[in-house]
Amino acid sequence: MTHDKPLLCVDNLKVYFQNNGARARAVDGISFEVRENETVCLVGESGCGKTVSALSILGLIPTPPGEIVDGQVIFSGQNLIKLDEKAMQKIRGNHISMVFQEPLTSLNPVFTIGDQIGEAVYTHKQIEPEALFQYCVQLLNDVGIPSPEQRLKDYPHQLSGGQRQRVMIAMALACDPDLIIADEPTTALDVTVQAQIIALLRSIQKKRSMSVLYISHDLGVVSAIANRVYVMYAGIIVEQGHTDQIFRTARHPYTQGLLASLPSLSKRGKRLHSIPGSVPNPAYKPTGCPFHPRCSHAILSCREEFPEMCDYSKGHQARCPVLFKPKGYKG
Amino acid sequence: MNMEKKDFLKDSYIEPPLAPKQTQMQEFRRLFGQNRLAILGLFIFILFFFCAVTGLFLTSGSRPFFDPAMVRLQEKLRPPLAKPHLDSLQPEEVPALNVYLMGTDDLGRDVFARMLQGAWVSLTVGFVAVGISVLIGIFMGGIAGYFGQHYIRLDHILLTLALILAAGLIIVKFAFIGTMILLLCLAYIFYSLFARHASTKKETLVLKTMLHINAVSVDTLIMRIVDIMLCFPSFFLILTVVALLPASIYNIMIVIGLTSWMGTTRFVRAEFLSLREQDFVAAAKALGISNFRIIFRHIMPNAVAPVLVSATIGIASAILTEAGLSFLGFGVPPPHATWGNILSNGKNFIFDAPWLTFIPGITILIVVLSFNLFGEGLRDILNPKLRERH
Repeated sequence: MTHDKPLLCVDNLKVYFQNNGARARAVDGISFEVRENETVCLVGESGCGKTVSALSILGLIPTPPGEIVDGQVIFSGQNLIKLDEKAMQKIRGNHISMVFQEPLTSLNPVFTIGDQIGEAVYTHKQIEPEALFQYCVQLLNDVGIPSPEQRLKDYPHQLSGGQRQRVMIAMALACDPDLIIADEPTTALDVTVQAQIIALLRSIQKKRSMSVLYISHDLGVVSAIANRVYVMYAGIIVEQGHTDQIFRTARHPYTQGLLASLPSLSKRGKRLHSIPGSVPNPAYKPTGCPFHPRCSHAILSCREEFPEMCDYSKGHQARCPVLFKPKGYKG
Repeated sequence: MNMEKKDFLKDSYIEPPLAPKQTQMQEFRRLFGQNRLAILGLFIFILFFFCAVTGLFLTSGSRPFFDPAMVRLQEKLRPPLAKPHLDSLQPEEVPALNVYLMGTDDLGRDVFARMLQGAWVSLTVGFVAVGISVLIGIFMGGIAGYFGQHYIRLDHILLTLALILAAGLIIVKFAFIGTMILLLCLAYIFYSLFARHASTKKETLVLKTMLHINAVSVDTLIMRIVDIMLCFPSFFLILTVVALLPASIYNIMIVIGLTSWMGTTRFVRAEFLSLREQDFVAAAKALGISNFRIIFRHIMPNAVAPVLVSATIGIASAILTEAGLSFLGFGVPPPHATWGNILSNGKNFIFDAPWLTFIPGITILIVVLSFNLFGEGLRDILNPKLRERH
C-alpha cells in the first residue's frame, strides 16, 4: 500500500451560512488531503462542520443560505469549486460518491432497490438492460446481500437497516469511483451491524483500491479504519496525523479530552471524563483559539491569538502551542 | 457437529431478510375494502365509464344502434318505458329494443340514446380537462417547490414582458412598433450573450447592475400567478372565453383545464417543499442525477397522492362545469347531445314531461357524487393522518 499521490486536496476551504443577519462560519478555513488508496477520517463533535465540508466537496451546499467564500478543492488536478453544474454532475457518483448517515431516508421509498442501483449506474454509463441487471446483481453480491436477484425487486421498507446501508454502499460503488465520502455511515445502526459495515468498507477499499474519506464522531470506529485522522473543532482542524500519533500521543487538549471520554475496560468503575461546555455557535465564535473557553490548559494569550499549526513529529500537527511546546517554538 | 456450528456462524454474519407484514398494495386494498362509500363511488365510476365507451360505439356511425338524432314528431314526449306506436312509424324509425327506455323529448328523439351520447362528452371533458390542469399544476408546482429559492433577474422579467407586448402589438396590427420592440429584445439577448465583458464604462456598469438585480424569487412569481388566477370568478371567465371562441367541445376542455390548475399547483408545491429536504434527494444529487430527473422521476411519485385525490374531485367539477355551460347554451353545439343541453331542453316541459329534466339531472348528481366519494375515500387511504384507527 502506497499513499503518496494526493487524490483530493482541500485548501483553506471556508463555507459560511447567512442566517437572519448573522453569519455562521460553519467551515472556517480547513485544509486536508486524501491520498490514493488511503482512508482518512474527519473526527469531531456534532455541529463542528464535518458534514458541511463533505457536502461542499461535492458542491451540494444549498446556495441561498450557504456560500463557499474562499479556498479550493483540487480533485485529480481540477478545482471542483470553479466547475459548473454540468461538469459537477459528471464528477458526482462517477468519480466521487457519497454514503449518507441515515440509510432509512436516503433511499427513495417508491422505487425498488434494483431501480435505484440501476439508475446510479445508468446515469454515467449507458449499458443494455440485461447487462445492467447482471451488474446490479454483482454489486449486491459484492456488498454481501444474500439472494440479490430477489432483493433487487424489493422496496426499501422491506429491508433491514444494515441491508439498506449495504444498498447505499452498492449505489456509491456503482460507477467505480476513485473516492467515497462516507458521512457517519454507521451512526444509525446498532453495534453488531456497525462492525459488519466497517469490515465491508475496509474489504471493498482494499479490493477496489479506492480512497475513503470517513466522517465520524466515533473514535472507536476511527481507530479501526483510518490511516490518517483530522480532528475538527468549530470549523477548523485542530490536530492531524497518523492514527497512531493521534491515539497514542495526542497533542491538542481537545483531542486528549475526546480520548479521555472514551469508555474502556481499564477505566472500569471510574467516572467517565467529559469536556465541559459545548461547541460554540458557529455565528458567535470566541476570539483567539475557539477551544479556549472549555480548555483546562488555557492561558491568557489563548484568548487573543489564533493558534497556528505546530509541527510535533513527521506528519503530526496540532493547533496548540501551549500544552506541549513544539520544536522551535518561541514564546 | 462442529462443522454445523461453523456454518451457522457464517450464515448469521449476514442478517436475515425481513419480510414485511403487508406490502403497500395489500394495505391499500384492506383499507379501501373498509371504505364502503369509496367502493360504491368506484363501482358507479366503472359503470359510467363502461356506459360512455359502449355509448360511443352504439350511437355513432351512419346507422347507429341507438340513434340520438332520429326525429319522430308523432312520438314526442312519450314517458319512460313506453312502447312505440309501430303503425305510425317507418321501419327505420323504430327504436332499438322496441321500447323508449327513458322516454322521448319534444322532437320525439330517444332520450336514452341521447344520454348515452352525452355520457361520452362528459367523460372526455372530465378527463381531458383534468389531464390538462394536472399537467400544468404538476409542472408549475414542481418548479415552484424545487427551484423556489432561486431568483429571477430584473432584465429577464422586463425581456419577457417586452416580448409579450411585442407579440400583442403585432397581433392587434401595430406591426411596425411591435417589430421594433421585438428587434430591440433580440438585440439585448445577443448583447448579453456575446458582449458580456466588452464594455467597462461606468454608466453602463451602473445600468447593468440595476438590470441584474434579483427581482422576485421563482416561488413568489408562480404562487402570485396562482393567487391572481384564483381571484377570477372562473365560471364567468369560462363563459367569456367560450363566447369569444368558436363553440366546440375541445375549446371547452382546454378552457376548463386552463382555469383549474391552481389547486394542484399548491398541493404539489407543498409536497415538494418537504420532499426536497429529504435525504434521498441529497443522495440522488450526490450520484450526479440532473435536477429535472430528480424533480419528475424521484420526487414526483412521492408527491402524487394528493394530486390523485384533487384530480378525482376535479373530474367531478369539470363534468359539472360542462353541464352548466351546455345548460346555458355555451357548450357543445346543439345537434350533439350532452347532459347539460338535454336538461336545458327539458326545462320548458318540466310539468308535462318531468323525465326530461330529472333523468339528466339525477345522472349528473350520481356521477359527480360518485367521483367525490371515491376521491375522498382515496384521500383517507393515502393520507395516514386522516386515517381512522382500526
